[in-house]
Amino acid sequence: MQKVEPFLLSGNLAIAYAIKQLNVDVVSAYPITPQTTIIEKISEYVAKGELKANFMLVESEHSAISACLSAAASGARVFTSSSSQGLLLMHEILFITSALRLPVVMVVANRSVSAPINIWNDHGDIMPQRDTGWIQFFVESAQEAYDKVIQAYRIAEDHQVRLPIMINMDGIVLSHTYEPVYPLSDSEVASFSPWNLSLKRLDPDDFLTIGGFCYPDYYFETRYQSSKALEDSLPIISKVDKEFGKLSGRSYGLVSPFKCNDADTILVSMGSISTTIRATVKKLREKGEKVGMVSLRLFRPFPLNELIKSIKNAKAIGIIDRALSPGAVAGPLFTDVTSALYLSKMSIPAVNFFVGLGGRDVKIEDIENMFVNLKKIPTGKIKKHSYYVGLRG
Amino acid sequence: MPFKNLKEIIARQDFFSPGHGLCAGCGAAQIARIVMKIAGKDSIMVNATGCLEVSTTTYPWTAWKVPYIHVAFENAAAVASGIRAAYDALIMKKKLGKDVNVVVLAGDGGTADIGLQALSGAFERGDRITYICYDNEAYMNTGIQRSGATPYDAWTTTSPAGQKTLKKDLMGIAIAHRVKYAATATISYLLDAANKVEKALSISGPSFIHWLQPCTIGWRYDPKLTVKLSRLAVKTGLWPLYEHYDGINKLTVQVPKRTPVLEYLKLQGRFRHIMDNQEELAKIQSYADELAAKFGLGPVVE
Amino acid sequence: MGRLPKWNEMQEGFITKTLSESINKTGTWRTFKPIIDYSRCTKCGWCVIYCPEPCISFESSGDGKVVIDYDFCKGCGICAEECPIKCIDMVMEE
Repeated sequence: MQKVEPFLLSGNLAIAYAIKQLNVDVVSAYPITPQTTIIEKISEYVAKGELKANFMLVESEHSAISACLSAAASGARVFTSSSSQGLLLMHEILFITSALRLPVVMVVANRSVSAPINIWNDHGDIMPQRDTGWIQFFVESAQEAYDKVIQAYRIAEDHQVRLPIMINMDGIVLSHTYEPVYPLSDSEVASFSPWNLSLKRLDPDDFLTIGGFCYPDYYFETRYQSSKALEDSLPIISKVDKEFGKLSGRSYGLVSPFKCNDADTILVSMGSISTTIRATVKKLREKGEKVGMVSLRLFRPFPLNELIKSIKNAKAIGIIDRALSPGAVAGPLFTDVTSALYLSKMSIPAVNFFVGLGGRDVKIEDIENMFVNLKKIPTGKIKKHSYYVGLRG
Repeated sequence: MPFKNLKEIIARQDFFSPGHGLCAGCGAAQIARIVMKIAGKDSIMVNATGCLEVSTTTYPWTAWKVPYIHVAFENAAAVASGIRAAYDALIMKKKLGKDVNVVVLAGDGGTADIGLQALSGAFERGDRITYICYDNEAYMNTGIQRSGATPYDAWTTTSPAGQKTLKKDLMGIAIAHRVKYAATATISYLLDAANKVEKALSISGPSFIHWLQPCTIGWRYDPKLTVKLSRLAVKTGLWPLYEHYDGINKLTVQVPKRTPVLEYLKLQGRFRHIMDNQEELAKIQSYADELAAKFGLGPVVE
Repeated sequence: MGRLPKWNEMQEGFITKTLSESINKTGTWRTFKPIIDYSRCTKCGWCVIYCPEPCISFESSGDGKVVIDYDFCKGCGICAEECPIKCIDMVMEE
C-alpha cells in the first residue's frame, strides 16, 4: 500500500470525493440542511468535468429517489442524499426501491424531524425508515463515511444482494466537521468497486416488466424475497469490509465493542455519540470502573449474533436511543437489542437512555451518569427503564 | 414522414399484447396500443399507478412487449427523467450505444393532480421524454372519484351532485413551461393522434400529449360507444384538437359544423342528472362555444 | 395453471416476462360475439385498428381477410359500431 497524505475534509466533502472516484453515472438530489454541501461539491465536480455524470436537479426529494430508482433500473450507477423532512418525503419510494432490488446508494445526514423545525442532529429521520428494506449503516467519522460509500457500491451491486443502501452520518456533527481523511487512489477505488452493466433491467433487446400489480397469491412471496435478501446480505457485508481492510488498512466490523470482555456495565449506541462514549469508557477505566461500550456499525440487517457476543457477560446494559418512539414499549434501538437478548435466552437487565434530540449536546458527564445509573441496577434500586437525559422538568 | 392513411398505422408492429385485464371497450387500451405502434421496439414505457398499470401488469403476466416500469402514482415524470438521465449518461460515457424513446402513460389523476409537481420538474429541466396523459376525467381505478380533470357537472362518486368547477387546463400548464411540443388527441381522429405521437417523439426536449379517453365504466355508457364518444367530444367543440409547436398553437382538426353538446352528454350516464336542466345544459354549451371561439371552430348546427 | 411458485422460484425484484397473450384468455368474458359478413367486408381495417385488445387482424396467409381471435375478444362491440359498412353483427353467445 502506498503512503498517502490525508485530506482535511468534512464528512460531506469526503462523501462527495468518494462519489467522484466511484465514477457515478447519475446523481439526483434536492438540497436540505445538513446534506447540502455534498450535492454542491458533486455539482462542482460535474461542472468541471472531473466527474462525468448526469446531475439531475429535481423539484423534490420524492423525485430525486424516483429518478435514482429508474436510473439504477436502466443500468446506471446512482447516488442521492438527504436528511430529515426530505428523507420522510422519500419514504414511500424507499420500500419500492428495495422490493424491486435496485442498488441505489444514499447518504443520510441525520437530522431531527419537524415540528418544531430544527436542523440539528438526532436519529428521528432514520428510525421511520427502519422497515423499508434497505441496508443501513451508521458511521462515526468522516473517514468511515468515505470508506463506507466505497464499500456500499460493491455490496449493493453484488448479484446476491442487489439492495439499496443508506449510510447514516450524524448531521452537523459529522457532516460539517473537518478531519483528516485518508483517501484511496482513483484506481484502487475503481478496482475495488467496479461498475457492472449486467445490473441493467430496462433493455429493449430483452424486455421485461418491473413493478406491476399482484393479487394476494404473490405478494407475500415477493416481500419475503426482498426481506430474505436483506438478511442474507450480512455475510457479504462482512466479506466486503474485510477485503476493504486488506486494501486500506481500515475495516469496521458489524459492531465495534470496546472493553466489553470484563465489563459489568455496557452502553450500546450508534453513530457519532459512540466516540464520546468510547472516551468516557477510557476515562472511567483509568479510575478502575469495569465499564464497556459497543457501537453498531450496521443497523439493518441487525447484527444479532455479533452484538450478543459482545454484551453477553454484562450485568446491566444501557441502550441509547436518539429518537423517540411515542407510545411504544421503548425506543427503537432498545426494542431491537432487548429482542436480541430474549431470542438469545439472556435476561440481562437493560435501561433505555433517550439523549441528544434536536442537536442537544451530550457531554462526558452525561455518559458518566448513565454508567452510575447502570451500576445501581443489579442492586435492585433502579425501578425505571427509561431515562430522558438532559430533559428539563 | 407523417402517416397518410390507416393502413400505414396498421402495418406497424404491435407491442401491446391481448389478454390484458382492461375492461371491454377500454379507451386506454386503444391509446396504449397506438402509442406503442408508433414508438416501436426501442422504447421504454413508464406508467403512473392507475387502471392501465394494474390491468396490464397483473403478475405473473404483462401485456407489454417493451421494457416497462411502474413505481408509484405521483412520480411517473421523475421515473421517466431518471431513465433519460441514465441513458444519456451511459451513452456519453460510451458504456451504451443505442438510445431509446422514453414514453410515459399516466392518467388524469397521476398528471393533473398528484403527479403535477414531478411533471413540472421534468418540463422545466427540459428532459427528453414524451409524456402522454390519458384523461378519462376521474379516478377510475379506485372507482370513479373526481379529479382535477373532471368536467363541469359530471357525476362521480365524490361529486354526486355533479362537479362544480371546470377541468384543469393541462395544455395551458404545459405551454406555460415552454415545452416545445404539446398537443391534444383522441382515438377517433387516429391519423391526427398517430402523427402527434410521432412528432412528440422527435422533439429534443419534453413533449406532452393530452389525450381524451372515454371510460365505459366511469362515464356510464355502452362499451361499443368509446370511439363514437371520442368523436362527439371533438364535434361538439368540447375537445378541440390542436398542437402547440415552437410557441404557436395550431388547430389540427377543423370542425366546420359543431354538434350541440347535448348529443355528447346524453349518451353518458354521468350527465343523466342534468338532462332536464336547461340552465346547466346551456352552461356547458356556452363553455363549448368559448372553446370554439378560442380555436376558430365553426358554428353549432342542429 | 399448476402449483404456484415458491418465494425462491420467482424472479427477484418483482419482474415478469410472461406475456398476457400466452396465459390469460379473456374471451371467456364475452356475452356478445362479433361475426363478420365476409361477403360484404372491404378490409378497410377500422375494426383492426380500433380493437382495444387487440385481437382483430388481417390474416397473414391466403387473401388477407380480417380475422377475430375469439380467445381474447371481450365482445365490446366497438368493431361492429365503427365498421363503416356495418358488416359485423354482435350475436349473443350460446
